[in-house]
Amino acid sequence: MATFLLRRFLLGLITLAVITLIVYGLARSMPGNPLTVQLGESDPSRKLNPADQQRMLEIYGLDKPWPVGYLQWLSRVAQGDLGRSITRKQPVTQLIGERVGPTVLISGTALVLTWLLAIPLGLYASARGGHADERVIGIALYVLYSFPAFVAALFLQVIFAVWLQGTRWELPLFGMTDLPSDASWPARSLDIARHAILPVICQTYVSLAYSSRFIKANLEEVVRQDFIRTARAKGAGPWRVLIRHAFRNTLIPLVTLLGLSLPALVGGSVIIEQIFTWPGMGRLFFESIRERDYPTIMGLTFMFSLLTLAGQLLADVLYSLVDPRVSVD
Amino acid sequence: MTDQGPVAERPLLEVAGLETHFPIRKGLLRRQAGTVRAVDGVSFSIPRGQTLGLVGESGCGKTTVGRSLLRLVEPTGGSVRFAETLVRDQPSRGLRALRRRMQIVFQDPYGSLNPRMKVRAILDEGLVIHGMGDRAARHERMVAALERTGLAAAALDRYPHEFSGGQRQRIAIARAVVLEPEFLVLDEPVSALDVSIQAQVINLLTELKTELGLTYLFISHDLSVVEYLADAVAVMYLGQIVEAAAAEQLYRQPLHPYTMALFSAVPSVEKSRRRQRIVLSGDVPSPSRPPAGCRFHPRCPLAETACREVDPPQVDLAGHRVHCHVAERELTRHGGDAAAASAAVQAAVNAATTDLSRPSSDV
Repeated sequence: MATFLLRRFLLGLITLAVITLIVYGLARSMPGNPLTVQLGESDPSRKLNPADQQRMLEIYGLDKPWPVGYLQWLSRVAQGDLGRSITRKQPVTQLIGERVGPTVLISGTALVLTWLLAIPLGLYASARGGHADERVIGIALYVLYSFPAFVAALFLQVIFAVWLQGTRWELPLFGMTDLPSDASWPARSLDIARHAILPVICQTYVSLAYSSRFIKANLEEVVRQDFIRTARAKGAGPWRVLIRHAFRNTLIPLVTLLGLSLPALVGGSVIIEQIFTWPGMGRLFFESIRERDYPTIMGLTFMFSLLTLAGQLLADVLYSLVDPRVSVD
Repeated sequence: MTDQGPVAERPLLEVAGLETHFPIRKGLLRRQAGTVRAVDGVSFSIPRGQTLGLVGESGCGKTTVGRSLLRLVEPTGGSVRFAETLVRDQPSRGLRALRRRMQIVFQDPYGSLNPRMKVRAILDEGLVIHGMGDRAARHERMVAALERTGLAAAALDRYPHEFSGGQRQRIAIARAVVLEPEFLVLDEPVSALDVSIQAQVINLLTELKTELGLTYLFISHDLSVVEYLADAVAVMYLGQIVEAAAAEQLYRQPLHPYTMALFSAVPSVEKSRRRQRIVLSGDVPSPSRPPAGCRFHPRCPLAETACREVDPPQVDLAGHRVHCHVAERELTRHGGDAAAASAAVQAAVNAATTDLSRPSSDV
């Protein structure tokens, strides 16, 4: 176990270095830099003279070629410093700290909802395989799966914020809260919850369709096996066979899927957060790219990569828990 | 099968006209496009305490027969009577009770044991379902079943993958006998094992049968194993039984050309038992489109016009059942002397298959 973890840790470090190198190179190679983007948006009459511009680039360390900049960034990260945002004048860690809560609120709720619904739905679909009701559910899920979340978001906004405006079913169009920050916490929580409903729906339904079909497909694979027949020969009823024998044997692929959804939990959805102007990580990522805010881009990249690797490691370790035949050594 | 005293006890298992057809569904609307007649009118009976060997090529439906008896696949016709119960009429509750009394051992001990369960859980589940005692009593039953099958009680706390193939099959047998069944379907129980292990498992099965007074349906394609174990043998071809008789009778005086072809494929070290090798041409036809007349006719070296058109009659000669036009004629010609008829059919088959100038089966 220890050697396994050590090997994975070293491999993870190399992977991280390669990912961040590529992203840094690409980000720095995009046309423009934080200064030109900011300047372009400000008053043309108050143009910065070239000498000042050069001075500022030197302050941010952007005057040197990007490989040098990458090494500087890397050595700071090694010391636990993700740097300061150029455009927001804030430490990147603080910026992430502010944004991660709202994102986890949405994607965490969506993740829990997805699995709470997908597992019974998948079990039901597999138990009723071939029947009319199962096929209706199956078709409905495929329709949902192929329906883009951003289109659904617009529809939901029109329905709940426009058509139902003034009724008790009205839901806020966007944002996280309408109340001032000094409002009482129960009122604030309720208000945030109402704002979260539509984004949560948008993030849940696609993965719900995907996950429940995934569970059903895996179950159908297992149900064909001999030990299922053994269980039935023992006299086990259909649900007992399905849950205790079939479902338990589909846990490995489920754990993989769960491990892979870990980064999305913190990363959030760029599109959904943008549509609902939700102050989360996805939006931060989008804005930082638009503003060429290299330290923030890199901070987020670093964090997502770390989580992806951690998710995979977690899945591998969980394998040995859910399957007695798998040992991580 | 019926060579017992005049006041014969009713057989433990009676199967009459058993049919298991599977629909072939096609297209968007999943309309039924055809039917696979996996089992198509099979009848046999097994007296208590005896073993019926069911033999045939792969794909002939013998495995489906075994599963249909236990309703692991639903039969679509015919009747199965076990003891005093009509198996096909049972609602799910009655079926559950029946499943304790009718058990099955599958061919592949690697696939038939749930890899996620310890041996204890595998054995215990059936006991729990059928309410067979409290925790301590169940533990004792499990230990007893394992010891009977030649395994130590320590096996209970290990997973199936920690055992060898032979040991796993012993676990599968222990799992079946722990429920104290009266009847056991053995679906090719040794085919997946090494030859050295096969004999051990066969001996174990013979011992268990006497010790526990079990009745077996032994499904196999291995005729030497069946000869050793079975009291009676039924030969299946394409969903139907073509010949059935007491084991000794069938092995000594086979009447059906297909049975002869099967026997000729068994390697033997004894020179006296070597037969002329009868090589059948072609493959087994698809059970979704069985041939008209005798199902064996496209591959039979003795096929005649009648065979291609008319279903063969069933001839029952003191419990020796055969479905064949040629065999019927030979039996009539020899006044019901099975030995002479068998010799005559065998001679005809030998002549038809060695004569190289004529293709053995011109359909």
